[in-house]
Amino acid sequence: MDCSLLRSLINRYCAGEENWVDSRTIYIGHREPPSGADVYIPQRYPDNRIVSSKYTFWNFVPKNMFEQFRRIANFYFLIIFLVQLIIDTPTSPVTSGLPLFFVITVTAVKQGYEDWLRHKADNALNQCPVHIIQHGKVVRKQSRKLQVGDIVLVKEDETFPCDLIFLSSSREDGTCFVTTASLDGESSHKTYYAVQDTKAFHTEQEVDMINATIECEQPQSDLYKFVGRINIHQDRDEPIARPLGSENLLLRGATLKNTEHIFAVVIYTGMETKMALNYQSKSQKRSAVEKSMNTYLIVYLCILISKAVINTVMKYVWQSDPNRDEPFYNHKTDSERQRNMILKVITDFLAFMVLFNYIIPVSMYVTVEMQKFLGSYFITWDDDMFDSELGEGALVNTSDLNEELGQIEYVFTDKTGTLTENNMEFIECCVDGHIYVPDAICNGQILTGTVGMDMIDCSPGAGGKEQEELFFRALCLCHTVQVKEEESVDGIKKGLHPCGKSSSVYISSSPDEVALVEGMKRLGFTYLRLKDNHMEILNRDDDIERFELMEVLSFDSVRRRMSVIVKSSTGEYYLFCKGADSSIFPRVIIGKVDQVRARVEHNAVEGLRTLCVAYKTLAQDEYESVCKQINTAKLALQDRDKKLAEAFDVIERDLILLGATAVEDRLQDKAADTIESLQKAGMKVWVLTGDKMETAAATCYACRLFHRNTQILELTTKRTEEQSLHDVLFDLSKTVLRHCGSLTRDTLSGLSHDVPDYGLIIDGATLSSVMKPTEEGSSGNYKEIFLEICRNCSAVLCCRMAPLQKAQIVKMIKTSKEHPITLAIGDGANDVSMILEAHVGIGIMGKEGRQAARNSDYAIPKFKHLKKMLLVHGHYYYIRISELVQYFFYKNVCFIFPQFLYQFFCGFSQQPLYDAAYLTLYNISFTSLPILLYSLIEQHVNMDILKRDPSLYRDIAKNSLLRWRIFIYWTFLGLFDAVVFFFGAYFLFDNTTFTSNGQLMTANTNMMFGNWTFGTLVFTVLVFTVTLKLALDTQYWTWINHFVIWGSLLFYVVFSLLWGGIIWYVTFLTWVILLAALMTASGSFIMWFCSSYQAILSLCSFSQKEEIVRQTTAFIKCYILK
Amino acid sequence: MMASSYNAKEEDGQLSGAGGSGGVGAAKSKKPDNTAFKQQRLPAWQPILTAGTVLPAFFVIGLVFIPIGIGLFVTSNNIKEFEIDYTGIDPARPCYNCSQTLTWNSTKSCVCKVPFTLEQSFESEVFMYYGLSNFYQNHRRYVKSRDDSQLNGDATRLTSPSKECEPYRTSDGKPIAPCGAIANSLFNDTLTLYYINPNGTESLVPLQKKGIAWWTDKNVKFRNPGGNNLNNITAVFHGTSKPVNWQKAVYELDTDPENNGFINEDFIVWMRTAALPTFRKLYRLIEKKNNMIPTLQRGNYTLEITYNYPVRRFDGRKRMILSTISWMGGKNPFLGIAYITVGSVCFFLGVVLLIVHHKYGNRNNSAEIPN
Repeated sequence: MDCSLLRSLINRYCAGEENWVDSRTIYIGHREPPSGADVYIPQRYPDNRIVSSKYTFWNFVPKNMFEQFRRIANFYFLIIFLVQLIIDTPTSPVTSGLPLFFVITVTAVKQGYEDWLRHKADNALNQCPVHIIQHGKVVRKQSRKLQVGDIVLVKEDETFPCDLIFLSSSREDGTCFVTTASLDGESSHKTYYAVQDTKAFHTEQEVDMINATIECEQPQSDLYKFVGRINIHQDRDEPIARPLGSENLLLRGATLKNTEHIFAVVIYTGMETKMALNYQSKSQKRSAVEKSMNTYLIVYLCILISKAVINTVMKYVWQSDPNRDEPFYNHKTDSERQRNMILKVITDFLAFMVLFNYIIPVSMYVTVEMQKFLGSYFITWDDDMFDSELGEGALVNTSDLNEELGQIEYVFTDKTGTLTENNMEFIECCVDGHIYVPDAICNGQILTGTVGMDMIDCSPGAGGKEQEELFFRALCLCHTVQVKEEESVDGIKKGLHPCGKSSSVYISSSPDEVALVEGMKRLGFTYLRLKDNHMEILNRDDDIERFELMEVLSFDSVRRRMSVIVKSSTGEYYLFCKGADSSIFPRVIIGKVDQVRARVEHNAVEGLRTLCVAYKTLAQDEYESVCKQINTAKLALQDRDKKLAEAFDVIERDLILLGATAVEDRLQDKAADTIESLQKAGMKVWVLTGDKMETAAATCYACRLFHRNTQILELTTKRTEEQSLHDVLFDLSKTVLRHCGSLTRDTLSGLSHDVPDYGLIIDGATLSSVMKPTEEGSSGNYKEIFLEICRNCSAVLCCRMAPLQKAQIVKMIKTSKEHPITLAIGDGANDVSMILEAHVGIGIMGKEGRQAARNSDYAIPKFKHLKKMLLVHGHYYYIRISELVQYFFYKNVCFIFPQFLYQFFCGFSQQPLYDAAYLTLYNISFTSLPILLYSLIEQHVNMDILKRDPSLYRDIAKNSLLRWRIFIYWTFLGLFDAVVFFFGAYFLFDNTTFTSNGQLMTANTNMMFGNWTFGTLVFTVLVFTVTLKLALDTQYWTWINHFVIWGSLLFYVVFSLLWGGIIWYVTFLTWVILLAALMTASGSFIMWFCSSYQAILSLCSFSQKEEIVRQTTAFIKCYILK
Repeated sequence: MMASSYNAKEEDGQLSGAGGSGGVGAAKSKKPDNTAFKQQRLPAWQPILTAGTVLPAFFVIGLVFIPIGIGLFVTSNNIKEFEIDYTGIDPARPCYNCSQTLTWNSTKSCVCKVPFTLEQSFESEVFMYYGLSNFYQNHRRYVKSRDDSQLNGDATRLTSPSKECEPYRTSDGKPIAPCGAIANSLFNDTLTLYYINPNGTESLVPLQKKGIAWWTDKNVKFRNPGGNNLNNITAVFHGTSKPVNWQKAVYELDTDPENNGFINEDFIVWMRTAALPTFRKLYRLIEKKNNMIPTLQRGNYTLEITYNYPVRRFDGRKRMILSTISWMGGKNPFLGIAYITVGSVCFFLGVVLLIVHHKYGNRNNSAEIPN
């Protein structure tokens, strides 16, 4: 957010717009107000052209080149290429230019194509016709010509062309329905409201007469936030000011549904629409593999430079003898002799760099990206992660993090909607200590009146009865549920319960509310509809009661409550408030607080979600002052939220407690199994929830995050009230560390079952005091102690969390000294911050909307899919990419090191060993496909075994396959192989008559092999060995593997035959195969030996293991030395 | 790269939204196909490394490699090879004088004779090589210094050779043909072989000088300007100069028009640069005339050298090699030894692993079950 704001600021200032102001004033229909009330500052607005494309026809080439060469690898190759162009280097510029050109072209074509698609989409959007009102008539205009202030007519099923303020609708009540599927993926219908004072204008002429100005904030990217004010001028009166909120704002990209047409005024256009502002991509997350890859690259760069330095130095040492520098057969030209010494050294150094530059493989980046991009399709294709109910499978939003899924150490999960279904069912309510439970088998049919009610405490007096009905009415009124008639439903149905005769459906953004209203229906009070601002309730006697809805003090997660102010038919004003117990109890002055509290706590322990309900009556003058407060706050353009919160705080006071409700949120399918698997896989699972502690703890027990023998450590406000935070922390750490000290690290082996494992519960308030840096130096390390405790707990539950705190926790763990890899999973808007913060963010396509899924890296339909995602896909991707990276370095060491060795035999003259075509094509075609295929489909362990045995996940924890040891092993293997290739060929050539009798050609021809043949021999053996090495490592041979591996070798052979046009190749090949078999065998034996050795070792116990390790390392050493 | 593809995906969503479609129909099509490939369940062969598979593999490789190695070694040993260094560094050697007095400018050639004895007779066809040491034919400056177009008979290149040939491009204002350092340094010692009959008389061993170059080189890569079978070859090279170090012009290399000019086989062999500073090049063939008599009988021989080629300055050596060949080429014990070594190492490792497996593997299998 900050970034985008900053960016828009910069854009603005750079555009040279001097009169930048916080708000904009819009004249509806470009009609200036009769009396210039304010000084009008004309602002220039952009036209309504959407430009999502990055390039134009003219700037594509330079801009795309610039973007591509900003990548360090491309830049490196560009430099190499330029060096080759400028100085006399051993290899022609083609050898590095061609791969670079290939990579750049492929990327450019891909990006160009994508951009062309964007252009097409943009054009389609920008040119689509829009109806606007001009002089009382409907005129068609191209969408891109829309201007701020135009009045637009939008018909059903049309998409809004820009951000609009809703003026009036064809519907009587001034509402319209909208789907925002293309904005946030929610396909449900949302209701928007026309401005109160303009909703009566139904025809073009009338609308054109509106004389009003709109003041609103400058565009910002938050889809769900908008503040503005409309001033309506009527005749010569003072203008009437009305607040505008997000419920009046129709966003570009959304579609009008179930409404014939609407009129609206344009306020944000083109690139200033919220949709366009949301295009800004999120910050890039980089995986641990990528980081280690970059480290390795630096190592290789050092190797490269040191190779070049060694050779340069050696060259000058060698050349110091003039007979060597210039023997009679090989004189220099005069210009070469006269060249400046320093220049010569630099040129030589650069030439060596160019000669060895292939050690840093350009194709690795391409292959890695292809692997990630193509590989991510396996996630989307996965049938096991497809949810038939939702009709969707997993989604991959970034493919950069595939392998990170195999590295997760901490899982932070939301509770509601993630662990639980977020499918609420009303369980019971408690009014003044009396408990009402609707019949469990209720389907709505048999339930009327008190028949289905089970009165546990049957002593409601006369007053009790009144209280009870007031409570039911409160629940029927205090909500934002909408009623949808059955016949008009065509979106996804939510909370559908065809209760009784009513065919209506309740729709709400909060499933709790739907559950409550439905529960009330079963208890006899049916909420019918909101009509003309009157809420209608069908009471137990089948009478319709009407309440005028005066104000809604909507819900927010900070206040954790909402209220409505209604006026009953008798003219009394009521304020009904419902919310979390912690936010209601402190505001209550009358009521059976203790009884209700006891019940609430009891329910919470059962894992039910509880809400408290309170009310107060307002006198007429009280109501008016309340109204005024709210309106002033609503009209504020700046800090509206803060001012509203303050106003609400004042209003929601001195309440009378009515009772509490309990709603059950069932656990998701297989949530417990998933959590257990994750824990077995060595991940620490933290639950972060906004719920209260008891509820959350019960859920944690239910989903086996805490076991019966888990020792619960509490770090809550309750405890810190008794002791100081300092003492509590130290107590806890002492308890935890006492056990852990004696245990050391044997827990990993899974031997110790009798060890008590700890579960920590912490609440938001305590957490913030732990995190808060204090002035005293001694308490500054609370965070450290806290982290130490957490590290030793198998599960942590954080309750009462604000959304931002969730992100803080993730960040705290992320930046702690081990730098563990974190994953955050959640479904709601409140989880977005932690999803963005964690290394891997997973969104659940849940009931609370699509924000989480939209902001996540991966989105899955259900929590249970996380298991396959991590244990199978994550594991595979990690194995694959680590092999890919290691193998790439290996094969390039094999490739380049012989060239380095060759310098010692050619007078350090930078003579390349291989032919230019081979140099170029080695990484591009001869050896690229097998490893790409390997990295796409390799499965070293069967999928089902991975799922069944989560502990296998520990094998790859902590980036274990890319550790230095393994990297060094691969590098040395590469060096070893290279030495074998080179000296193998050397001993064949050196001082021997390595000839072939070539009977295929002429009977008695004998030939000598020259230097290119030497290189070709080394190269052929290299290609064979490197490919066979991969074949040896492949543990999952499908027909594709056979096809690609053998096919790629065949391709090489055929290519060589054609390239060389060499008939003798047939006899040459027999040699190569003999040699290649030898090299492959000897080169791969260490590897083979090690892996078989490991297999055998795994059967041995510890003491024996060490002994054997010592013995065999000695053997290996001998072998290498040989 | 990937971020942009993500954008494209979003864009698609937007398009479909704008079209007003979407909803139930679109949702259904999102169900993935249940193919084996997409579900990563393709039938596959999964070789698993266990003691049961690895141990036999080690033994098999060992058992296959050792015989191959022995075969190669024996074949190599059956090849007869004789090598003699005639550089003349040592004052006692016959060519010492020649090597000391020789300079490039001397027009008078120096002849020396090196006697040697063959302990065994060479039965089959014999190949005669010259070998040079410490001669960097693979130096980059050297390797580059040639003009393949000129050698291929390109008439324009004959008069204006490639720049790569510098500083051996022109001489006295005239273009050099063949230009370049490689051609300039053509090996120009002449070797003749005499068999000393038991009665003391010398008889010349017939050396065949054709058929020593690659067929492709001789017929494709190298061509005289104006075609190969030109009788008046001198006229073709008119206006060019001989390489600085040469004593004769390129059209005087041989009298046989099939072996003269650029298609002279000695020249072609030289032009194929060697990979390493110590190398051999085929010089002549000694054909087997008669099945009854060995190609080279055992006995005494004399090698007569017209000593032209100076190597002393850069510490070089010159050798003459006589060798027979087999199916695997010349004498080369290396490959056989390598095969035997690898094979035995495999075998040995197999034994070690077997012991380890036997000693610890079984015991632990039984030990773990009670736990």
